[in-house]
Amino acid sequence: MAKKSTAPKAKVKYSEETYAFWYESMLLMRKFEEKAGQLYGQQKIRGFCHLYIGQEACAAGAITALDKDDKWITAYRDHAHPLGLGTDPGAVMAELYGKATGTTKGKGGSMHIFDKERGFMGGHGIVGAQVPMGLGIGFAEKYRGTKNLCICHMGDGAVRQGAVHEALNLAMLYKTPVIFVIENNGYAMGTSVERTSNVTELYTIGEAYDMPSFPVDGMNVEAIHEAVAEAADRARRGDGPTLLEFRTYRYKGHSMSDPQKYRTREEVEEYKQRDPIEQVKQTILDNKILTEEKLAEIDKRVKQQVDDSVKFAEESPWPDGEKAFEDVYMQEDYPFVME
Amino acid sequence: MRVIQFREALREAMSEEMRRDKNVFLMGEEVAEYNGAYKVSQGMLDEFGPERVYDTPIAELGFAGLGVGAAMNGLKPIIEFMTFNFSLVAIDQIVNSAAKMLSMSGGAYSVPIVFRGPTGNAGQLGATHSSNFENWFANTPGLKVIVPSNPYDAKGLMKAAIRDPDPVIFMESELMYSDKGEVPEGEYLLPIGVADVKRKGKDVTIISFGKMMKVVFEAADELAKEGIEAEIIDLRTVRPIDYATCLESVKKTNRCVVVEEANPIAGLSSELAYHIQRNAFDYLDAPVIRVNSMDIPLSYSPTYIEATLPNVKRTIDAVKKVMYK
Repeated sequence: MAKKSTAPKAKVKYSEETYAFWYESMLLMRKFEEKAGQLYGQQKIRGFCHLYIGQEACAAGAITALDKDDKWITAYRDHAHPLGLGTDPGAVMAELYGKATGTTKGKGGSMHIFDKERGFMGGHGIVGAQVPMGLGIGFAEKYRGTKNLCICHMGDGAVRQGAVHEALNLAMLYKTPVIFVIENNGYAMGTSVERTSNVTELYTIGEAYDMPSFPVDGMNVEAIHEAVAEAADRARRGDGPTLLEFRTYRYKGHSMSDPQKYRTREEVEEYKQRDPIEQVKQTILDNKILTEEKLAEIDKRVKQQVDDSVKFAEESPWPDGEKAFEDVYMQEDYPFVME
Repeated sequence: MRVIQFREALREAMSEEMRRDKNVFLMGEEVAEYNGAYKVSQGMLDEFGPERVYDTPIAELGFAGLGVGAAMNGLKPIIEFMTFNFSLVAIDQIVNSAAKMLSMSGGAYSVPIVFRGPTGNAGQLGATHSSNFENWFANTPGLKVIVPSNPYDAKGLMKAAIRDPDPVIFMESELMYSDKGEVPEGEYLLPIGVADVKRKGKDVTIISFGKMMKVVFEAADELAKEGIEAEIIDLRTVRPIDYATCLESVKKTNRCVVVEEANPIAGLSSELAYHIQRNAFDYLDAPVIRVNSMDIPLSYSPTYIEATLPNVKRTIDAVKKVMYK
C-alpha cells in the first residue's frame, strides 16, 4: 500500500500564481511567528505559544491542493494554517495578545484560533482530540452529500493517542472524506519519535486499518501539494480517507518555554539547509517564475503586514470581562450560578 | 390517555425529531441492527436506514468525537452510550470539546448534540457499571444535563434536547426502560431547566431526580400513613437547576431532604443544600439532610447494595430527622 515519496523535480509544475502564493504565505507564517516569539519574550503574549517555524510547507502545500469549501482542523500549533487561508494577521496577533479584536475575541488564545468564514475549525488544545472531530466534520460533509472534505492535521505525538486510532478505524469503516496529516517534526515535546513506539514509520499506522497511507517530504511544498491533491481526489470520489505523514522539522522549541536539550544544534542546522521557503525561492529563481525584484516586493509586503498586525493588536481594546458570560451557551438567558 | 413504556417514549421522541429534521442522526453501539442494547432504538434502522442510524465499534472516544465534529459542521447527532459508565473513556470529547467549543471559538461553533444513555446502578452489575456522573456533568459549564424520571417527561425533554442548540447530556436508567406511564398521542415539548412539583405537601420538601424518584414516592406513601405530607420535587434537569421551585417549596415546608443516587461529596445534594441555606436560611426549621449512595464503590452482592444505595428506609429516616421525630 505504501510508496516512497518522489524527490522533487527541478521543473515548473504549477502556475506562477501558485508559486507566488507559496512563497508569500510561508514567508508570512515565518515572519509573523518570529515576531510572535519576540513578543512572547516581551510578555506581550502569555500562556503557551507553539511556533510552526520550519513546518510552513505542511500548511501552504495543502492549501493550494484543496477547495475553499473544504474544512480544516488542527492541534495547538495553529497560527500558520489560518494565516495561509487568509485570516487577517491582525486578528490572529490580537488573539495572541488576548484582545477583543482577536479571532475569538480573546477567548481561545494561541492554541484555539478559529475562522469560520474560511472553514478553519480550530485550534485544539488536547493532543489528538481534533482527530475524531475532524472525522466528524468530514462525516457531516458526506452525510449532506457534498463533495467537500476535512483535512485534519496532527503532530507525531498525537499518533500515540487512542483517540487517533479510533478515528482512523471509524474513518475507514464509514469511508469518510478526511485527509489525516501527521506533521512529523521528530519530537513530541521533548520525546523523540523513537522513544514513543517501536513503530517509527508513522504513516504505517494507517495500514493497520487498510487506509491508503504515504510518507511525504514535509519540507517540500510541491510534494505536499501533490500528495494532498491525490488524497483529495480519493475523498471526493467517495473512496474515503488517506493518511499522510509529512516529514518536517520545527526549528524552535515545542513551546516558547522549551530549552531543547533533547537535540543537537547540528541537527537543527541540517534541517535548515532544506528550509521550505528557501527551497521554493530557489525553484522560483532557477526557473525564472518571478524576478528578484518581485520577491523583494513580497518581502516588503509581508513585513508590512506583520508590522500592521502588531500595531493593530497593540491598539486594540481589552475585552470587557463581563463578556466572558457570552458564547458559553447559545441560549441567551442561560441562568448561570453567580454565588 | 394511552400508556407506553419509558423506552417507547424515548424512541418516539427520537423518531419524531428524525422525521422532522434530516440533520438528526443516531449513532452508538448496537443501536441499529441489534435494535438497541435496551431496545430503545428498536425499529429505527428499519424506518430510517443505515444513513441515519449507525452502529459503531466499541470506541466511545472515537464516536463521541465524531459526533462533536459533525455537530460543529451542521448536523444534530444523538450519540448513545450503552451506559454512561462507558462515557468516561469519551469524557475528553464531552468536557473539553463539546462543552467548551462555543466559548473557545468566540461563538463561532456551536455543538448541538445529545449524548444519551442510562446512568447509575442497574442491579448487581458491580462497581464499573454502577456509577452516577450526573453531578460531574452538571459541574461542567457549556453542558445541559437532563435526568427524567417517567415516560411523559422523558419524551418531552428528549424532543427539547434534540432541538436545543447546546450540547445536552440525557441520562436514563436500565431500571426505568420498562416503566409505563401516560403519554399523549400528540406532539409536545417540555422546557429544559424547569423542575416539576410531582406531589403537593406541607410538612417537608423532598427533592430528587431520575430513578430515585421511585424511592421518594414510596417513602412519601409510607410517611403519609403516619400523617406526614411530603412535597415532592422532581428536578428533571440538573444543569441548569430550577432553584426557584425548590426555594419556594422549602419556604413553605421549612424542611428539606435531598435524595441522590451519586456519591455524596460535591454532589447535587450538596449544591442544593448550599443554595437553600444561602437563600432560605431564615425559613429552615432543621438542617437540610441528604441521602446519597455511601462513600464507596458499589459492590456486587445484594446485601452490599441494600446497605449502600439510597432506599426507602433511609429516606424516611432522613425525613423524620428533619422533622425531629
